[in-house]
Amino acid sequence: MADTKSGDINTGNKSFSEFIKGFWKENPVLVMLLGMCPTLAVTTSAINGLTMGLAVVFVMTGSSVIVSLVRNIVPKQVRIATFVVIIATFVTMVDLFLKAFLLDLSKALGPFIPLIVVNCIILGRAEAFASRNSVWLSLVDALGVSFGFTVTLVFLGGIREILGMRTFFGMSVLGEGFEPWVIMLLPPGAFITLGFMLGAKNLIDRKMKERKKY
Amino acid sequence: MEVILIFISAVLVNNFVLSYFLGICPFIGVSDRIESAVSMGFAVTFVLTLSAAITWLINRYILIALNVPFLEYVSYIIVIASLVQFVEMFIRKTSKTLYDALGIYLPLITTNCAILGLALFGALRDYSFIENIVFGIGAGIGFTLALVVMAGIREELDLADVPESLKGAAITLIIAGLLALAFMGFAGLISA
Repeated sequence: MADTKSGDINTGNKSFSEFIKGFWKENPVLVMLLGMCPTLAVTTSAINGLTMGLAVVFVMTGSSVIVSLVRNIVPKQVRIATFVVIIATFVTMVDLFLKAFLLDLSKALGPFIPLIVVNCIILGRAEAFASRNSVWLSLVDALGVSFGFTVTLVFLGGIREILGMRTFFGMSVLGEGFEPWVIMLLPPGAFITLGFMLGAKNLIDRKMKERKKY
Repeated sequence: MEVILIFISAVLVNNFVLSYFLGICPFIGVSDRIESAVSMGFAVTFVLTLSAAITWLINRYILIALNVPFLEYVSYIIVIASLVQFVEMFIRKTSKTLYDALGIYLPLITTNCAILGLALFGALRDYSFIENIVFGIGAGIGFTLALVVMAGIREELDLADVPESLKGAAITLIIAGLLALAFMGFAGLISA
């Protein structure tokens, strides 16, 4: 009896740590450098980043669950091809949904919604995690990693939107006196902002490690 | 004339890496030495050109002819994955030297978003067969150019005094930003 109970607590803890690791310790963008193409391309504003992030959340949870369900049926040799087809199906669903209900956003994101198919985060988690773990753990892992991705995208999009257009989610933040940095909305702004975000994360990690020593 | 414009546009003005953000993963991962950058660039150019031809045919004679455009992504990705596999087997049988030079980069190309991106952009812009192939070659050469320039800079960077926190991927991204800034200077080429 006691055993089952401690077992339950352990699974609970494990699920929580699988969920939380995607936000900082194994953040897909800042640590694993995966899914860089959509990260850089669509983050001209916070809302674009959020839409892209949520699209990835949907595709990733859906495909992780399916991959985990079929993991014992699919022969090893064709598993990558199978995963890719599963992912492509979910991406098609998101794409058609956006076209039907949010046409403006769909146009703003353009071909980067279909490009989620080759987003290495999703295939990476399918191969490294979902194909080896139970449905529940795969779901939690997918949610954690994809929400970590979303938060990073909104953050990056927010910085670029505030400095490039003086707004955040369309609301005016900086006054008229601030001259917008148009370069932030162009490709160079994406690369440079993300570069400094990586640098800031490294700096915080190093400071935290130093503090732990004493 | 149209074809030349498409080529120059894909190589310089709308460089796949620096203005469309396609193929960033290999751009950051494989750009630390010039030699590997050149190998990767050639492998990608090769697959891009082939897939430009094949995806155009699929789009025109299967997807549009049978009226099943919603199968676009699924069919493109299957074609690209099998194409890469096929190219790998073909090169291994015919040229051992080339196969050794490309090494692990070949299978990695499947998840290079530049390949799928090219198929999608080509379909979106309604290019003719020849135009689409030229677009593929141009995109490949543009990718190689960006990769080799980046590798050249990163080799020099070994000697530079980079702040501790910015070492690795962070400084690579910042350099890519400056490169993108430089490539924006080509924007005047086409409209002129």
